[in-house]
Amino acid sequence: MVKLFNKEAVEEIRKAVRKWEDEIVPLWLQRIPERMEEFTTLSEIPVKRVYTPADIEGFDYSEKLGLPGTYPYTRGIHATMYRARIWTMRMFSGYGGPEETNKRLKFLIEHGETGLSLAFDYPTLIGLDPDDPMAEGEVGIVGVSVPTIVDMEIIFDGIDMGKVTTNMTINPPAPVLLAFYVAVAEKQGVPYDKIGGTTQNDPLKEFIAQKSYVFPPEPAVKVAMDLIEWSVKNIPKWNPISISGYHIREAGSDAVQEVAFTIADGIEYVRQLIARGMDVDEFAPRLSFFWDSHINFFEEVAKFRAARRMWAKIMKEWFGAKKPRSMWMRFHTQTAGCSLTAQQPWNNIVRTAYEALAAVLGGTQSLHTNSFDEPFRVPSEFAAKIALRTQQILAYETGVADVIDPLGGSYYVEWLTDEIEERAWKYIDRIERMGGMLEAVKKGYPQKEVIDASYRFQKEVEEGKRFIVGVNIFVDKDVEEIRKVPLLEFDQEEIERRQKERIRKVRAMRDERRWRRALDELRKAAEKGENIMPYVLNAVKAYATLGEIMNTLKEVYGVYVEPPIY
Amino acid sequence: MSSLQSTEPKEPRRRYKVLVAKLGIDGHDRGAKVIARALKDAGFDVIYTGIRQTPEQVVYAALQEDVDVIGVSILSGAHMHHMRKLMEKLKEVGATDIPVVLGGTIPVIDIEELKRIGVREVFLPGTSLKEIAEKIRKLAEEKRRKESLNVSS
Repeated sequence: MVKLFNKEAVEEIRKAVRKWEDEIVPLWLQRIPERMEEFTTLSEIPVKRVYTPADIEGFDYSEKLGLPGTYPYTRGIHATMYRARIWTMRMFSGYGGPEETNKRLKFLIEHGETGLSLAFDYPTLIGLDPDDPMAEGEVGIVGVSVPTIVDMEIIFDGIDMGKVTTNMTINPPAPVLLAFYVAVAEKQGVPYDKIGGTTQNDPLKEFIAQKSYVFPPEPAVKVAMDLIEWSVKNIPKWNPISISGYHIREAGSDAVQEVAFTIADGIEYVRQLIARGMDVDEFAPRLSFFWDSHINFFEEVAKFRAARRMWAKIMKEWFGAKKPRSMWMRFHTQTAGCSLTAQQPWNNIVRTAYEALAAVLGGTQSLHTNSFDEPFRVPSEFAAKIALRTQQILAYETGVADVIDPLGGSYYVEWLTDEIEERAWKYIDRIERMGGMLEAVKKGYPQKEVIDASYRFQKEVEEGKRFIVGVNIFVDKDVEEIRKVPLLEFDQEEIERRQKERIRKVRAMRDERRWRRALDELRKAAEKGENIMPYVLNAVKAYATLGEIMNTLKEVYGVYVEPPIY
Repeated sequence: MSSLQSTEPKEPRRRYKVLVAKLGIDGHDRGAKVIARALKDAGFDVIYTGIRQTPEQVVYAALQEDVDVIGVSILSGAHMHHMRKLMEKLKEVGATDIPVVLGGTIPVIDIEELKRIGVREVFLPGTSLKEIAEKIRKLAEEKRRKESLNVSS
């Protein structure tokens, strides 16, 4: 117990605040009224004029904060944080075919990016080959098309997979993409224990938010757990899951819901893995998280700190984790795509910089900064470079990386951190009463909460309660400026044609019998409920395509269709 | 019964009906759902298709539900491809009288071509719900007016 304030001091401060509110503030309000009747964060948390020790009376330093690298890790998971190593600058990238993406990755590495992150196109995200009728017109647009092991090989041509770590934003087809990656790394001569990176592989948030689901909730979770189990045992440096609040937030939740639903997803996965007979300290050190960094600055900083403290508590107290690493919430952050505006797009550079600052003050392990042109298309080289430079300026010019958790101890930030935590626990309690997140998702509970929150936010923008520069205040009369944004140009039809041609060639050159046997074995393993990962790896080595593997699994697991509620 | 019914006052004018459709395979349904709810609050009957719809499915739903306006949401960048297909399909089944509007992450440079193929309105990110509802109402009114002219002639 290390109480920060003694009772008498708090009482004195409380009296002073009362006196100030009664005697001084009214004089100022008479002269100029405040801008709003009530000020609230984006999560509708009302915030006061000023915060003092009286707002965090009874604050126990050791229980709430500790020191960096010590439980409950509120101030950061490492003892030296960015003084030792700057966060990983990991730009979410990819478009067109593997050739275009290989070039883009090399461009970013050349300009100082320190980790890779692959963005896949829609067909890849939902497990369709480029020649599937549903893929028509979509190949290579929002990311790179990777339907075969050959495509993955081209992406990493000239990039040493033993030296870089790669994030792959992929969910239902995560086993397939991981198998492509592992198989190509093997070809490059990289041993399994040197393969590093992340598969997003977070199925529950697909139903809540990102909507690139394929299988129904139960088999979707089963497949994701297969990947985690296999990965922990075979590629120990891999982060097999990135439990993601990002998409939940982008779909319209507020910060409290983002924390609560994501942690509830995490709790479900931990239970699932324990139920498989795994020891919590065997897998928990490999679990990673992914947050949004939105525009309401202090709320975001407080959110990161609250989430870190909650996870440490859950792992230690609920699941009896012993290793410190099991209690660490390691996370990647992306600035808020949904805060970008099509109007006056250059302003997005500034928004992104503030959001990146919040992520760094919140102690992120890696960061993607959005490009200003992303309301329109995947970024141009020019825009992506500015986004990367934004991080480099933060890291090397501003000095914000020199002191750990510099906002710790701010009366406001500590109060807000507690407030977010308390509100998030209420949601988690409710979800626990429903039987955990898998059950809650099946009931549509978080889905409904997110839709409600997004509608509420939009109404507030409409009613002028929330401001967006260039959208509902400081609006330009003409939109000529938008036309001047130099967008990335590429011949999508040509790329689609090329990707279809390549998959045709792959199908033509493979050993038919080996390929057929590999898919048969995969189907049987899935039917028997075995871990599918070894069979998927075997199938990609036999040149089975993404679509073929996913179709085989769909036959066993079925396909999810969301009830069209709004 | 039937004679009784015929003496009743004329059935009140049917509310305008809008189909909110997610065309293509992107899962970004935040916008579509917000618009669907806003239109409902503005007094429209709203049918929401859910995600991953083909042009055929959208046209089928529009005819089946006898809608006044089709509102499409696309955030995958594949809007030119899908909208061309949708407009062709509408022509094929002789349903070009149903006005089509589009919202999503649409580069300004594509608007001209979208209008040329018959898309009546393109709503960029940041467009107010009020403006969207007003424009859709106008298009629905226009469609009903044309229908009543056709009936009387």
